[in-house]
Amino acid sequence: MKMTVLKSAIAGLALVASGAMAEGGFEINGEVSITTHAPTPDYLDGALPELISGWEFRSADTQAMQLDDFDNPGMLAVEAAMVAWDEVEGTAEKSCASCHGSAEESMVGIRAVYPKWNETAGEVRTLAMQINNCRTEQMGADAWKYDGADMSGMEALISVQSRGMPVNVAIDGPVAATWEQGREMYYTRYGQLELSCANCHEQNYDNNIRADHLSQGQINGFPAYRLKTAGLVQTHNRFKGCIRDTRAETFSPGSAEFVALELYVASRGNGLSVEAPSVRP
Amino acid sequence: MKSIIQMAVGLAVVASVASADEVAPDAVVFDDYGAVEQSLTGVAGNVENGIVIMTNRGKGNCIACHQVDALADYPFHGEVGPALNGVGGYRTEAELRGIVANAKHTFPDTVMPSFYKTSGYTRPGDAFTGKAGAEPLAPLLTAQEIEDVVAYLLTLTD
Repeated sequence: MKMTVLKSAIAGLALVASGAMAEGGFEINGEVSITTHAPTPDYLDGALPELISGWEFRSADTQAMQLDDFDNPGMLAVEAAMVAWDEVEGTAEKSCASCHGSAEESMVGIRAVYPKWNETAGEVRTLAMQINNCRTEQMGADAWKYDGADMSGMEALISVQSRGMPVNVAIDGPVAATWEQGREMYYTRYGQLELSCANCHEQNYDNNIRADHLSQGQINGFPAYRLKTAGLVQTHNRFKGCIRDTRAETFSPGSAEFVALELYVASRGNGLSVEAPSVRP
Repeated sequence: MKSIIQMAVGLAVVASVASADEVAPDAVVFDDYGAVEQSLTGVAGNVENGIVIMTNRGKGNCIACHQVDALADYPFHGEVGPALNGVGGYRTEAELRGIVANAKHTFPDTVMPSFYKTSGYTRPGDAFTGKAGAEPLAPLLTAQEIEDVVAYLLTLTD
Protein backbone atom coordinates (compact mmCIF):
# COMPACT_ATOMS: atom_id res chain seq x y z
CA MET A 1 0.00 0.00 0.00
CA LYS A 2 2.62 2.43 1.14
CA MET A 3 4.82 1.34 -1.70
CA THR A 4 2.14 1.88 -4.32
CA VAL A 5 1.42 5.36 -3.05
CA LEU A 6 5.10 6.18 -2.90
CA LYS A 7 5.67 4.81 -6.34
CA SER A 8 2.95 6.79 -8.00
CA ALA A 9 4.10 9.88 -6.13
CA ILE A 10 7.63 9.39 -7.34
CA ALA A 11 6.59 8.59 -10.87
CA GLY A 12 4.46 11.72 -10.89
CA LEU A 13 7.27 13.85 -9.56
CA ALA A 14 9.73 12.41 -12.04
CA LEU A 15 7.49 13.22 -14.95
CA VAL A 16 6.91 16.77 -13.83
CA ALA A 17 10.54 17.34 -12.95
CA SER A 18 12.03 16.01 -16.14
CA GLY A 19 9.45 17.33 -18.51
CA ALA A 20 9.07 13.86 -19.94
CA MET A 21 6.55 13.88 -22.69
CA ALA A 22 4.35 10.94 -21.85
CA GLU A 23 3.55 8.82 -18.87
CA GLY A 24 5.96 5.94 -18.58
CA GLY A 25 8.67 7.24 -20.80
CA PHE A 26 10.80 10.01 -22.24
CA GLU A 27 12.38 11.03 -25.51
CA ILE A 28 16.04 11.24 -26.41
CA ASN A 29 16.97 14.12 -28.71
CA GLY A 30 13.26 14.66 -29.18
CA GLU A 31 13.12 11.70 -31.51
CA VAL A 32 13.82 8.35 -29.85
CA SER A 33 10.95 7.22 -27.61
CA ILE A 34 11.97 5.32 -24.50
CA THR A 35 9.46 3.21 -22.60
CA THR A 36 10.28 3.11 -18.89
CA HIS A 37 7.37 0.92 -17.77
CA ALA A 38 6.48 -2.47 -19.20
CA PRO A 39 4.23 -5.36 -18.21
CA THR A 40 5.81 -8.17 -16.23
CA PRO A 41 6.58 -11.20 -18.41
CA ASP A 42 4.70 -14.36 -17.42
CA TYR A 43 7.87 -16.25 -16.53
CA LEU A 44 8.46 -13.91 -13.57
CA ASP A 45 5.32 -15.33 -11.92
CA GLY A 46 4.18 -11.93 -10.70
CA ALA A 47 7.45 -11.24 -8.86
CA LEU A 48 7.13 -7.59 -9.93
CA PRO A 49 3.86 -5.69 -10.50
CA GLU A 50 5.47 -4.06 -13.53
CA LEU A 51 8.93 -3.52 -14.98
CA ILE A 52 10.43 -0.09 -14.38
CA SER A 53 13.61 1.31 -15.88
CA GLY A 54 16.29 2.56 -13.50
CA TRP A 55 15.80 5.98 -15.11
CA GLU A 56 12.60 6.43 -13.10
CA PHE A 57 14.48 6.08 -9.81
CA ARG A 58 17.01 8.81 -10.49
CA SER A 59 16.95 12.51 -9.66
CA ALA A 60 15.60 14.99 -12.16
CA ASP A 61 19.12 16.28 -12.88
CA THR A 62 20.43 12.84 -13.67
CA GLN A 63 17.36 11.99 -15.75
CA ALA A 64 17.78 15.15 -17.77
CA MET A 65 21.27 14.15 -18.87
CA GLN A 66 19.72 11.31 -20.85
CA LEU A 67 17.30 13.49 -22.77
CA ASP A 68 19.89 14.93 -25.13
CA ASP A 69 23.02 13.22 -26.37
CA PHE A 70 24.99 16.45 -26.01
CA ASP A 71 24.32 16.25 -22.26
CA ASN A 72 25.05 12.53 -21.98
CA PRO A 73 28.71 12.00 -21.04
CA GLY A 74 28.42 8.36 -22.14
CA MET A 75 28.22 9.51 -25.74
CA LEU A 76 31.91 10.48 -25.71
CA ALA A 77 32.77 6.78 -25.44
CA VAL A 78 30.37 6.08 -28.30
CA GLU A 79 32.20 8.61 -30.47
CA ALA A 80 35.54 7.02 -29.62
CA ALA A 81 34.10 3.62 -30.52
CA MET A 82 32.97 4.97 -33.90
CA VAL A 83 36.62 5.64 -34.67
CA ALA A 84 37.60 2.17 -33.43
CA TRP A 85 34.87 0.66 -35.62
CA ASP A 86 36.75 1.80 -38.74
CA GLU A 87 40.22 0.96 -37.45
CA VAL A 88 42.01 -1.87 -39.24
CA GLU A 89 43.59 -4.22 -36.72
CA GLY A 90 45.03 -7.73 -36.59
CA THR A 91 46.53 -10.19 -39.01
CA ALA A 92 43.48 -10.26 -41.27
CA GLU A 93 43.84 -6.49 -41.76
CA LYS A 94 40.19 -5.87 -41.15
CA SER A 95 38.12 -3.42 -39.19
CA CYS A 96 34.62 -3.94 -37.84
CA ALA A 97 33.44 -1.98 -40.87
CA SER A 98 35.14 -4.39 -43.29
CA CYS A 99 32.47 -7.00 -42.58
CA HIS A 100 29.67 -5.02 -40.95
CA GLY A 101 29.70 -1.79 -42.96
CA SER A 102 28.01 1.04 -41.14
CA ALA A 103 27.20 0.32 -37.50
CA GLU A 104 24.17 2.58 -37.83
CA GLU A 105 22.71 0.06 -40.25
CA SER A 106 24.14 -3.35 -39.43
CA MET A 107 23.90 -3.15 -35.64
CA VAL A 108 20.24 -2.14 -35.38
CA GLY A 109 18.47 -4.49 -32.99
CA ILE A 110 21.58 -6.38 -31.90
CA ARG A 111 21.79 -5.14 -28.31
CA ALA A 112 18.12 -5.94 -27.73
CA VAL A 113 18.59 -9.70 -28.11
CA TYR A 114 21.88 -10.21 -26.23
CA PRO A 115 22.95 -12.37 -24.44
CA LYS A 116 21.96 -14.98 -27.02
CA TRP A 117 22.77 -18.50 -28.11
CA ASN A 118 25.57 -19.02 -30.62
CA GLU A 119 24.82 -22.21 -32.50
CA THR A 120 28.29 -22.73 -33.96
CA ALA A 121 30.07 -22.32 -30.64
CA GLY A 122 27.32 -24.03 -28.68
CA GLU A 123 27.33 -21.36 -25.97
CA VAL A 124 25.45 -18.35 -24.64
CA ARG A 125 27.29 -15.22 -25.69
CA THR A 126 27.16 -11.75 -24.26
CA LEU A 127 27.75 -8.82 -26.58
CA ALA A 128 31.28 -8.47 -25.15
CA MET A 129 32.01 -12.12 -25.88
CA GLN A 130 30.79 -11.71 -29.45
CA ILE A 131 32.89 -8.58 -29.96
CA ASN A 132 35.99 -10.39 -28.74
CA ASN A 133 35.17 -13.40 -30.88
CA CYS A 134 35.08 -11.14 -33.92
CA ARG A 135 38.40 -9.65 -32.92
CA THR A 136 40.25 -12.92 -32.36
CA GLU A 137 38.57 -15.11 -35.00
CA GLN A 138 37.74 -12.69 -37.82
CA MET A 139 40.29 -9.91 -37.41
CA GLY A 140 43.23 -11.84 -35.99
CA ALA A 141 43.47 -9.13 -33.34
CA ASP A 142 43.98 -9.37 -29.60
CA ALA A 143 40.94 -9.76 -27.41
CA TRP A 144 39.98 -6.68 -25.45
CA LYS A 145 39.82 -6.77 -21.68
CA TYR A 146 36.27 -7.90 -20.91
CA ASP A 147 35.41 -4.80 -18.91
CA GLY A 148 37.93 -2.33 -20.29
CA ALA A 149 37.14 1.03 -21.84
CA ASP A 150 37.54 -0.23 -25.43
CA MET A 151 34.96 -2.92 -24.81
CA SER A 152 32.43 -0.83 -22.91
CA GLY A 153 32.67 1.87 -25.59
CA MET A 154 32.06 -0.62 -28.39
CA GLU A 155 29.16 -2.12 -26.46
CA ALA A 156 27.73 1.37 -26.10
CA LEU A 157 28.11 2.12 -29.81
CA ILE A 158 26.32 -1.09 -30.72
CA SER A 159 23.66 -0.51 -28.05
CA VAL A 160 22.87 3.00 -29.30
CA GLN A 161 21.70 1.48 -32.58
CA SER A 162 18.93 -0.31 -30.63
CA ARG A 163 17.81 2.59 -28.47
CA GLY A 164 14.06 2.66 -28.12
CA MET A 165 13.68 -0.96 -29.20
CA PRO A 166 12.28 -3.38 -26.62
CA VAL A 167 14.71 -5.70 -24.88
CA ASN A 168 13.85 -9.15 -26.18
CA VAL A 169 16.24 -11.86 -25.04
CA ALA A 170 15.26 -15.49 -25.53
CA ILE A 171 15.02 -17.61 -22.40
CA ASP A 172 14.03 -21.01 -23.77
CA GLY A 173 15.50 -23.66 -26.04
CA PRO A 174 19.27 -23.97 -25.85
CA VAL A 175 19.65 -21.10 -23.35
CA ALA A 176 17.13 -22.52 -20.86
CA ALA A 177 19.74 -24.13 -18.58
CA THR A 178 21.84 -20.96 -18.48
CA TRP A 179 18.75 -18.86 -17.76
CA GLU A 180 17.84 -21.22 -14.92
CA GLN A 181 21.37 -20.90 -13.51
CA GLY A 182 21.01 -17.12 -13.61
CA ARG A 183 17.65 -17.29 -11.88
CA GLU A 184 19.13 -19.46 -9.14
CA MET A 185 21.89 -16.89 -8.62
CA TYR A 186 19.39 -14.03 -8.50
CA TYR A 187 17.75 -15.57 -5.45
CA THR A 188 20.93 -16.78 -3.71
CA ARG A 189 21.78 -14.90 -0.54
CA TYR A 190 25.50 -14.30 -0.91
CA GLY A 191 28.14 -13.23 1.56
CA GLN A 192 28.20 -12.33 5.21
CA LEU A 193 25.27 -9.95 4.74
CA GLU A 194 23.31 -12.81 3.15
CA LEU A 195 21.73 -10.64 0.49
CA SER A 196 20.36 -11.81 -2.84
CA CYS A 197 19.69 -9.62 -5.85
CA ALA A 198 15.99 -10.11 -5.07
CA ASN A 199 16.28 -8.90 -1.46
CA CYS A 200 17.03 -5.39 -2.70
CA HIS A 201 15.81 -5.17 -6.28
CA GLU A 202 12.64 -7.26 -6.11
CA GLN A 203 11.47 -7.03 -2.49
CA ASN A 204 12.66 -3.49 -1.82
CA TYR A 205 12.83 -1.51 -5.03
CA ASP A 206 11.60 2.04 -4.54
CA ASN A 207 12.72 1.90 -0.89
CA ASN A 208 15.72 3.78 0.38
CA ILE A 209 18.67 1.97 1.86
CA ARG A 210 20.47 4.75 3.68
CA ALA A 211 20.81 7.40 0.94
CA ASP A 212 20.38 5.00 -1.98
CA HIS A 213 17.06 4.75 -3.75
CA LEU A 214 16.78 1.09 -4.72
CA SER A 215 15.77 0.38 -8.31
CA GLN A 216 14.71 -2.89 -9.88
CA GLY A 217 18.29 -3.45 -11.00
CA GLN A 218 17.28 -3.41 -14.65
CA ILE A 219 20.14 -3.53 -17.17
CA ASN A 220 18.38 -2.10 -20.23
CA GLY A 221 20.50 1.04 -19.80
CA PHE A 222 23.87 -0.76 -19.75
CA PRO A 223 26.62 -0.03 -20.37
CA ALA A 224 25.73 2.94 -18.18
CA TYR A 225 27.66 6.13 -17.61
CA ARG A 226 28.21 6.28 -13.87
CA LEU A 227 28.71 9.78 -12.50
CA LYS A 228 30.45 8.42 -9.41
CA THR A 229 33.25 6.84 -11.43
CA ALA A 230 33.00 9.16 -14.45
CA GLY A 231 32.98 6.34 -16.95
CA LEU A 232 30.95 3.57 -18.52
CA VAL A 233 30.21 0.51 -16.42
CA GLN A 234 29.12 -2.80 -17.84
CA THR A 235 26.59 -5.14 -16.32
CA HIS A 236 29.34 -7.44 -15.09
CA ASN A 237 31.13 -4.54 -13.35
CA ARG A 238 27.91 -3.72 -11.56
CA PHE A 239 27.22 -7.36 -10.65
CA LYS A 240 30.76 -7.68 -9.31
CA GLY A 241 30.33 -4.62 -7.12
CA CYS A 242 26.91 -5.65 -5.85
CA ILE A 243 28.03 -9.12 -4.80
CA ARG A 244 31.22 -7.68 -3.26
CA ASP A 245 29.00 -5.34 -1.23
CA THR A 246 27.28 -8.33 0.36
CA ARG A 247 30.69 -9.13 1.88
CA ALA A 248 30.99 -12.11 -0.45
CA GLU A 249 33.67 -13.60 -2.63
CA THR A 250 32.47 -12.08 -5.86
CA PHE A 251 32.69 -13.37 -9.45
CA SER A 252 34.77 -12.03 -12.33
CA PRO A 253 33.53 -10.05 -15.33
CA GLY A 254 33.15 -12.48 -18.21
CA SER A 255 32.76 -15.50 -15.91
CA ALA A 256 30.22 -18.18 -16.80
CA GLU A 257 28.29 -17.22 -13.66
CA PHE A 258 27.93 -13.59 -14.71
CA VAL A 259 26.99 -14.58 -18.27
CA ALA A 260 24.14 -16.61 -16.78
CA LEU A 261 23.14 -13.83 -14.41
CA GLU A 262 23.21 -11.28 -17.25
CA LEU A 263 20.91 -13.43 -19.36
CA TYR A 264 18.47 -13.80 -16.49
CA VAL A 265 18.54 -10.14 -15.45
CA ALA A 266 18.22 -9.03 -19.08
CA SER A 267 15.12 -11.21 -19.37
CA ARG A 268 13.61 -9.46 -16.34
CA GLY A 269 13.68 -6.34 -18.51
CA ASN A 270 12.11 -7.82 -21.66
CA GLY A 271 9.77 -5.12 -22.92
CA LEU A 272 11.67 -2.12 -21.54
CA SER A 273 13.51 -0.02 -24.11
CA VAL A 274 17.21 -0.32 -24.75
CA GLU A 275 18.52 2.91 -23.21
CA ALA A 276 22.28 2.56 -23.30
CA PRO A 277 24.33 4.47 -22.53
CA SER A 278 22.13 5.55 -19.65
CA VAL A 279 23.31 7.98 -16.97
CA ARG A 280 23.32 6.83 -13.37
CA PRO A 281 24.65 8.34 -10.12
CA MET B 1 31.90 12.72 16.96
CA LYS B 2 35.40 11.43 16.43
CA SER B 3 35.97 11.15 20.14
CA ILE B 4 32.79 9.13 20.48
CA ILE B 5 34.06 6.74 17.86
CA GLN B 6 37.41 6.50 19.60
CA MET B 7 35.64 5.83 22.83
CA ALA B 8 33.65 3.13 21.04
CA VAL B 9 36.81 1.53 19.76
CA GLY B 10 38.20 1.65 23.29
CA LEU B 11 35.10 -0.02 24.64
CA ALA B 12 35.30 -2.72 22.00
CA VAL B 13 38.86 -3.49 23.01
CA VAL B 14 37.88 -3.68 26.66
CA ALA B 15 34.99 -5.94 25.78
CA SER B 16 37.10 -8.34 23.78
CA VAL B 17 39.74 -8.50 26.50
CA ALA B 18 37.16 -9.13 29.19
CA SER B 19 35.71 -12.05 27.29
CA ALA B 20 35.68 -14.66 30.03
CA ASP B 21 31.91 -14.38 30.34
CA GLU B 22 31.29 -13.68 26.66
CA VAL B 23 28.92 -16.00 24.85
CA ALA B 24 30.50 -17.14 21.55
CA PRO B 25 28.38 -16.76 18.39
CA ASP B 26 27.88 -20.53 18.11
CA ALA B 27 26.88 -20.79 21.76
CA VAL B 28 24.04 -18.27 21.82
CA VAL B 29 20.82 -19.88 23.03
CA PHE B 30 17.74 -18.72 21.12
CA ASP B 31 14.32 -19.72 22.42
CA ASP B 32 11.51 -20.93 20.16
CA TYR B 33 10.64 -17.35 19.23
CA GLY B 34 14.21 -16.28 18.59
CA ALA B 35 14.70 -14.42 21.86
CA VAL B 36 17.97 -14.55 23.82
CA GLU B 37 17.58 -14.24 27.58
CA GLN B 38 21.20 -14.25 28.61
CA SER B 39 23.40 -11.20 28.13
CA LEU B 40 26.16 -11.94 25.63
CA THR B 41 28.75 -10.36 27.93
CA GLY B 42 27.34 -9.89 31.41
CA VAL B 43 28.28 -6.23 31.03
CA ALA B 44 25.46 -3.70 30.84
CA GLY B 45 25.05 -2.15 27.40
CA ASN B 46 26.25 1.40 26.80
CA VAL B 47 23.49 3.55 25.32
CA GLU B 48 25.82 6.19 23.87
CA ASN B 49 27.89 3.59 22.10
CA GLY B 50 24.67 1.99 20.93
CA ILE B 51 23.93 5.21 19.03
CA VAL B 52 27.35 5.05 17.40
CA ILE B 53 26.73 1.48 16.29
CA MET B 54 23.24 2.34 15.05
CA THR B 55 24.39 5.21 12.85
CA ASN B 56 27.95 4.42 11.76
CA ARG B 57 28.23 3.02 8.24
CA GLY B 58 31.22 0.94 9.29
CA LYS B 59 29.37 -0.57 12.24
CA GLY B 60 25.75 -1.68 12.55
CA ASN B 61 24.45 1.09 10.29
CA CYS B 62 20.98 0.12 11.52
CA ILE B 63 19.43 3.32 10.18
CA ALA B 64 20.43 2.27 6.67
CA CYS B 65 17.28 0.16 6.75
CA HIS B 66 15.32 1.40 9.78
CA GLN B 67 13.86 4.79 10.50
CA VAL B 68 14.46 6.05 14.04
CA ASP B 69 12.98 9.47 14.76
CA ALA B 70 15.17 9.89 17.84
CA LEU B 71 18.23 9.72 15.56
CA ALA B 72 16.99 12.39 13.17
CA ASP B 73 20.29 14.26 13.57
CA TYR B 74 21.93 11.50 11.56
CA PRO B 75 20.86 11.81 7.90
CA PHE B 76 19.33 9.26 5.54
CA HIS B 77 17.22 6.66 7.28
CA GLY B 78 16.17 3.72 5.17
CA GLU B 79 12.81 2.07 4.50
CA VAL B 80 13.83 -1.56 4.05
CA GLY B 81 12.99 -2.62 7.61
CA PRO B 82 10.28 -1.41 9.99
CA ALA B 83 10.69 1.90 11.81
CA LEU B 84 12.02 1.34 15.33
CA ASN B 85 10.17 4.13 17.10
CA GLY B 86 8.78 2.76 20.35
CA VAL B 87 10.40 -0.64 19.85
CA GLY B 88 11.71 -0.63 23.43
CA GLY B 89 8.12 -0.38 24.63
CA TYR B 90 6.72 -3.38 22.82
CA ARG B 91 9.73 -5.70 22.60
CA THR B 92 11.50 -7.25 25.57
CA GLU B 93 15.25 -7.05 26.08
CA ALA B 94 15.54 -10.77 25.24
CA GLU B 95 13.58 -10.34 22.01
CA LEU B 96 15.67 -7.38 20.95
CA ARG B 97 18.90 -9.22 21.76
CA GLY B 98 17.80 -12.18 19.65
CA ILE B 99 16.77 -9.99 16.72
CA VAL B 100 19.98 -7.94 16.74
CA ALA B 101 22.18 -11.03 17.14
CA ASN B 102 20.44 -13.11 14.47
CA ALA B 103 17.01 -11.98 13.35
CA LYS B 104 16.45 -15.08 11.25
CA HIS B 105 15.54 -17.02 14.40
CA THR B 106 12.62 -14.61 14.90
CA PHE B 107 11.78 -13.86 11.24
CA PRO B 108 13.05 -16.74 9.07
CA ASP B 109 12.83 -14.87 5.75
CA THR B 110 14.02 -11.49 6.92
CA VAL B 111 16.39 -9.47 4.75
CA MET B 112 18.22 -8.36 7.91
CA PRO B 113 21.84 -9.54 8.19
CA SER B 114 22.81 -11.72 11.14
CA PHE B 115 25.11 -9.56 13.22
CA TYR B 116 26.43 -12.24 15.56
CA LYS B 117 27.11 -15.17 13.28
CA THR B 118 30.43 -16.41 11.93
CA SER B 119 29.82 -19.36 9.61
CA GLY B 120 27.35 -21.02 7.28
CA TYR B 121 27.58 -18.43 4.50
CA THR B 122 27.39 -18.78 0.72
CA ARG B 123 30.69 -17.54 -0.77
CA PRO B 124 31.82 -15.74 2.39
CA GLY B 125 34.10 -12.82 1.59
CA ASP B 126 36.93 -11.00 3.29
CA ALA B 127 34.94 -7.93 4.35
CA PHE B 128 34.26 -5.73 1.28
CA THR B 129 37.31 -6.75 -0.76
CA GLY B 130 35.40 -9.14 -3.02
CA LYS B 131 38.00 -11.78 -2.19
CA ALA B 132 37.28 -15.05 -0.42
CA GLY B 133 37.13 -15.03 3.36
CA ALA B 134 37.76 -18.01 5.62
CA GLU B 135 35.09 -19.04 8.10
CA PRO B 136 34.72 -18.47 10.92
CA LEU B 137 34.47 -14.81 9.93
CA ALA B 138 34.60 -12.13 12.59
CA PRO B 139 30.96 -11.35 13.47
CA LEU B 140 29.60 -8.07 12.07
CA LEU B 141 29.27 -6.76 15.64
CA THR B 142 31.00 -7.85 18.83
CA ALA B 143 29.05 -9.26 21.74
CA GLN B 144 29.33 -5.98 23.62
CA GLU B 145 28.28 -3.96 20.58
CA ILE B 146 25.13 -6.10 20.39
CA GLU B 147 24.48 -5.34 24.07
CA ASP B 148 25.03 -1.63 23.43
CA VAL B 149 22.52 -1.61 20.58
CA VAL B 150 19.99 -3.49 22.71
CA ALA B 151 20.50 -0.98 25.52
CA TYR B 152 19.84 1.86 23.10
CA LEU B 153 16.76 0.22 21.58
CA LEU B 154 15.30 -0.21 25.07
CA THR B 155 15.36 3.58 25.44
CA LEU B 156 12.97 3.92 22.47
CA THR B 157 9.73 3.75 24.44
CA ASP B 158 7.74 6.60 22.87
